[in-house]
Amino acid sequence: MEVCVCVKRVPMVGGAIALTPDGQAVDTSMSGFTVSPHEECAVEEAVRITERHGGTVTVLTLGPPEAEQQLRDMLALGAGRAVLLATDGTERGPVATAAAITAAVRDRGFDLLLFGNEAADTGGYQVPVRVAHALGLPCVTGIKRLEVTPGAGAAGRLVAGREYRGSLESFELPLPAVVSVKEGINLPRYPSLPGRLRARRASVEVLDPGPAPAEGLRTERLRVPRAPASRARVLGSGAGAVPALVRVLDDLGVLR
Amino acid sequence: MTVLCLIETEPGGASEASLRALGMAAGLAERSGEALAAAWFGPPGAVPPGDLAARGTRLGYALAPAGPGGYAPRAWARALVHLSARLPDGAGAGPVSAVMAAATDRGSEVLAHAGAITGLPVAANCVAVTRAGPGELRLTRQRWAGSLLEDAVLRASPALLTVAADAVPPADAVPPADAVPPADAVPPADAVPPADAVPPADAVRPAGAVRGAGPSRGPGAQPEAAPAPGTAESVRVQVVEQAVEAADLAVRASESEQRRDGVSLATARVVVGGGRGVGGPEGFAVLEELASLLGGAVGVSRVVTSQGWRPHNQQVGQTGTKITPDVYLACGISGAIQHMAGCQGAKTIIAVNTDPGAPIVAKADYAVIGDLHEVLPALVAALRERAGGP
Repeated sequence: MEVCVCVKRVPMVGGAIALTPDGQAVDTSMSGFTVSPHEECAVEEAVRITERHGGTVTVLTLGPPEAEQQLRDMLALGAGRAVLLATDGTERGPVATAAAITAAVRDRGFDLLLFGNEAADTGGYQVPVRVAHALGLPCVTGIKRLEVTPGAGAAGRLVAGREYRGSLESFELPLPAVVSVKEGINLPRYPSLPGRLRARRASVEVLDPGPAPAEGLRTERLRVPRAPASRARVLGSGAGAVPALVRVLDDLGVLR
Repeated sequence: MTVLCLIETEPGGASEASLRALGMAAGLAERSGEALAAAWFGPPGAVPPGDLAARGTRLGYALAPAGPGGYAPRAWARALVHLSARLPDGAGAGPVSAVMAAATDRGSEVLAHAGAITGLPVAANCVAVTRAGPGELRLTRQRWAGSLLEDAVLRASPALLTVAADAVPPADAVPPADAVPPADAVPPADAVPPADAVPPADAVRPAGAVRGAGPSRGPGAQPEAAPAPGTAESVRVQVVEQAVEAADLAVRASESEQRRDGVSLATARVVVGGGRGVGGPEGFAVLEELASLLGGAVGVSRVVTSQGWRPHNQQVGQTGTKITPDVYLACGISGAIQHMAGCQGAKTIIAVNTDPGAPIVAKADYAVIGDLHEVLPALVAALRERAGGP
């Protein structure tokens, strides 16, 4: 099984998101970087698939040269190869991102392309589907359970499960296929010490993604939603606050 | 011109998320003087005409892609693209200027396919949209699951949009001032009493939408002589068979495996949330008990699922479920933005936390400062006593 996982370098955010003064980007001068949580699970899933069935995991990202660090983080989790489509750091939209990924993976013979369901920062919900269409591959998104049966020709299949109104619906796809996964599909491992050492020495293939096609969706500015002006009304401390809490719940009409 | 909205159906009619999307589509259609049409996959009676009429929809299309039934993302997208390219007998509604859907797993997936099929852009998780000109929309969409908003211009015909599950317009996310607000718009922030700093979750559900109001009408039903607008009789539903390519049907959902989940987290009226402060898997018994007493569901923060204390399908937040309850009781949860992104659709947030300086306390409507292991058992006892039982 040759599995490719596409990841995106995103800022690590905690209690608040700060913007650059022009409102065009998240201020990352003080923040660390990571990959989107769904994607870390995608890498873990890919590593488990190759541990079981053999083969290699390739991680691929489109981003600035610094995104090499996120590729090495994923190598430490068990990926075997890394490809960086190096940009000048300008954010590319979903159409341009999908075009760059499509060109990079087209002739590499992957059996499975894994993505996160959506990027944590831009949340476009469309790159995997656009890549699948461009490559003529079947595709399913939002997956929380995955079972792969490798095989030549028509024998290679996967069964993918997705939450739907409190139950699980399943999809069967022939390989090669494109699947986007959600956090919860697995619990990603912590990188092992040998994994980290290997990741530090590994080489990263750097490619030029070429110019970005135009996007039909143009960002004008970003803004932080206004926080509520007032703090919470404190009902009391400890168990002594319970009578007041019961009154509030009653007033809100949720007591039966 | 026509705004077309995809409706996902449930046994009782349109899904709540789809009705919100239809509400936003209705606002766009009304402000720009366009017609509004709804489309769904299934029999013509699957969506009560009253639900459509209440939002100013006069045209319904019951789509039946040729081939086996069930959800097939590419086939649905192909059928929707065909329909938007030419509305059959559109009663003068004109070409489709925008296609909208709820930003559910299915809605997001179908619109992504529609974008890939047509080569058009898709704007995901919109919370406000208005027409800026021919073939041009001005919109506000969520980034970081709603912790950040993006104002953008979408140039495409038709425009493809998904509507955020918790598309309660934040106080400052109303469309530009030159746009006339729809009749069902949320009043501006300054008109809301301070206690309602968290906008009510049902504020965007247009009033008067009674599920099942009015009889369902068969295929090809003709409107009677000039029925009053807004009544179930004014809605005309047509059955449309769409040819799709065989490859479009290659991926389709097979029947679901039922789970034992009680109240669904996404639609629960009350959610009892637990975070790191619960301390371990055994600490959730009291939260389960409280949720059961309140007829609600248990939700948890990301640390709880990453520790393996609870299953991931209980996670509230950016990478979990977005909830829209009347009351969210957040216990032992600090309130990181990734968590708040999942519960900003709650009408009222009550925090129980030992730390009065925790971010959740600043973001909640009410707070109890204390240890949840002390407060929750006392609350359970008080509720039991009130109910007259031991």
